[in-house]
Amino acid sequence: MSVQFSPEKLDKVNELIKQYPEGKSKSALLGVLHMAQEEHGWLSVNTMDYVASLLNLEPIEVYEVASFYTMFHLKPVGKYVFEVCQTGPCMLRGCDNIIEYIKQKLNIEVGETTADGMFTLKTVECLGACGYAPVMQMGKYYKEHLTPEKVDQIIEECRNNSARNN
Amino acid sequence: MSKKLLLKNINVPGIKNFDVYRREGGYQSVEKALKMQTGDIVEEVKKSGLRGRGGAGFPTGMKWSFLAKPEGVARYLVCNADESEPGTFKDRYLMEYIPHLLIEGMIVSSYALGSSVSYIYIRGEYDWVADIVQEAINEARQKGFIGKNILGSGFDCEIYIYRGAGAYICGEETALLESLEGKRGLPRIKPPFPAIKGAWGCPTVVNNVETICAVVPIINEGGEAYSKIGIGRSTGTKLISACGNINKPGVYEIDMTITVEEFIYSDEYCGGIENGKRLKACIPGGSSVPILPANLLLRTAKGEPRLMNYESLADGGFITGSSMGSGGFIVLDEDQCIVKHTYTISRFYHHESCGQCSPCREGTGWMEKIFYNIENGRGKMKDIDLLWDVQRRIEGNTICPFGDAAAWPVAAAIRHFRDEFEWHILNPEECLVRNYGLANYADPLEAVAS
Repeated sequence: MSVQFSPEKLDKVNELIKQYPEGKSKSALLGVLHMAQEEHGWLSVNTMDYVASLLNLEPIEVYEVASFYTMFHLKPVGKYVFEVCQTGPCMLRGCDNIIEYIKQKLNIEVGETTADGMFTLKTVECLGACGYAPVMQMGKYYKEHLTPEKVDQIIEECRNNSARNN
Repeated sequence: MSKKLLLKNINVPGIKNFDVYRREGGYQSVEKALKMQTGDIVEEVKKSGLRGRGGAGFPTGMKWSFLAKPEGVARYLVCNADESEPGTFKDRYLMEYIPHLLIEGMIVSSYALGSSVSYIYIRGEYDWVADIVQEAINEARQKGFIGKNILGSGFDCEIYIYRGAGAYICGEETALLESLEGKRGLPRIKPPFPAIKGAWGCPTVVNNVETICAVVPIINEGGEAYSKIGIGRSTGTKLISACGNINKPGVYEIDMTITVEEFIYSDEYCGGIENGKRLKACIPGGSSVPILPANLLLRTAKGEPRLMNYESLADGGFITGSSMGSGGFIVLDEDQCIVKHTYTISRFYHHESCGQCSPCREGTGWMEKIFYNIENGRGKMKDIDLLWDVQRRIEGNTICPFGDAAAWPVAAAIRHFRDEFEWHILNPEECLVRNYGLANYADPLEAVAS
């Protein structure tokens, strides 16, 4: 599968490069990887090679960066990724129960994706939302003050959204 | 009511918008600063006594005065918005609810430091927050506060957002600069310090979001007026993000004269312990700083009431005191398990270690495994001393302060809650079904002896 950004996206890449000093286009790497992941859901080797070609980097320079930062998915993920925080402050407010509940509800383990490719469950370390714990990241936004009822509601919303968009 | 400097307008409807923010007195510090000599701005910040709000508490004015100014070389201001210290969520609050305050502070600070292009490095997970800050930048640009020759001053000011991608270590300033250069976030060996060689080899100042926001009232009201708020070397106001088992988790702006007791139990702040339970322990400044049992938290070893400021929280050193750190205030009630809590903290540091230095890379993983065993009823008595030994060998033996940050919480948990660790090990089955409960708080002098 060949990877190619749209002309609009390529303009965005060039805009990003201009934000850094001349000759320092490597600084745009994290931003371009974010853009690529937004488009494809995850970063395949093909995608990373394409990013390398855009920024005139060796592929290894892209791989080493993509594998360092936890937000980049190097394997395919579901349409909706639940990234549940499990660090101290969320633990104090019951994140273990939330993780357990999601596992049972979706019938998957942490790190797995549902058979229909809809949901992936991951645990993450501190999201910086400790006052609104327990919390998870779902795409661009946080879902805070999680309860089993709220999880049910989120899952239902995801299914409805997905059905509407198909 | 304590004095509010940063959050005073946070509840004004529409304060996210430029016009409302401006109507409430916003951007006056930019107009004032552009008429001042840059050296005088640095002097005001020095006079204010402002200390870095990211965790280390280094005097901001001094940091600014270290910035090298070689001819013909660009200088950079980089705002550290990579807020990731467990328990800390104050910078997000500022950026999400009053973004123009940060932009105003960025413009004044950029001018003072001679940085024509400045960056705000936001943790990647705060995706929507980055959008809010970007919108504020766009508005400020439309109004002539950002761009070429701002307000006809001859000063060019560009501010760009840089999104991280999930790495706690990038909150360390040299790791942040590596990341800004599009690399793995591996801390650099210092010296050279960023003030001499920072972003792309150029002199750079890295300041926390709250620090940069505090520059606004300092310029508006003068460094001296700012220095009169608070007490001793804890000048001005501090944002505390409170979480855990309290009635009112949230972000509070305090002047640093109130007691810890008032902060926890007053309705103006945390509103007491949730469900009428008792206070067991607290980490007052983000997960890296020592946890304290209730008795040492509320009163120093000398029996004096402990205050919410740099000096008082550190009273007793790490033996009987803790640290203001980042202001991430984590409260544990009587039902919480210290072993389990410290396990999650250890897992966090293992996960976030960049892997450069072997004491940290190997030590954090080792500690996590030992904790896991103790927590799951498979611990041995000698594991406690082993944990102590491992943390001691990490501390001070790494390139960056991450190693210390991983070691200190473990040391403090053992120092103050050794009886709870022993109970876990002696009762391997019982510890799976119930928690130890309120600790048998160690006599502070006894803790020194251990």
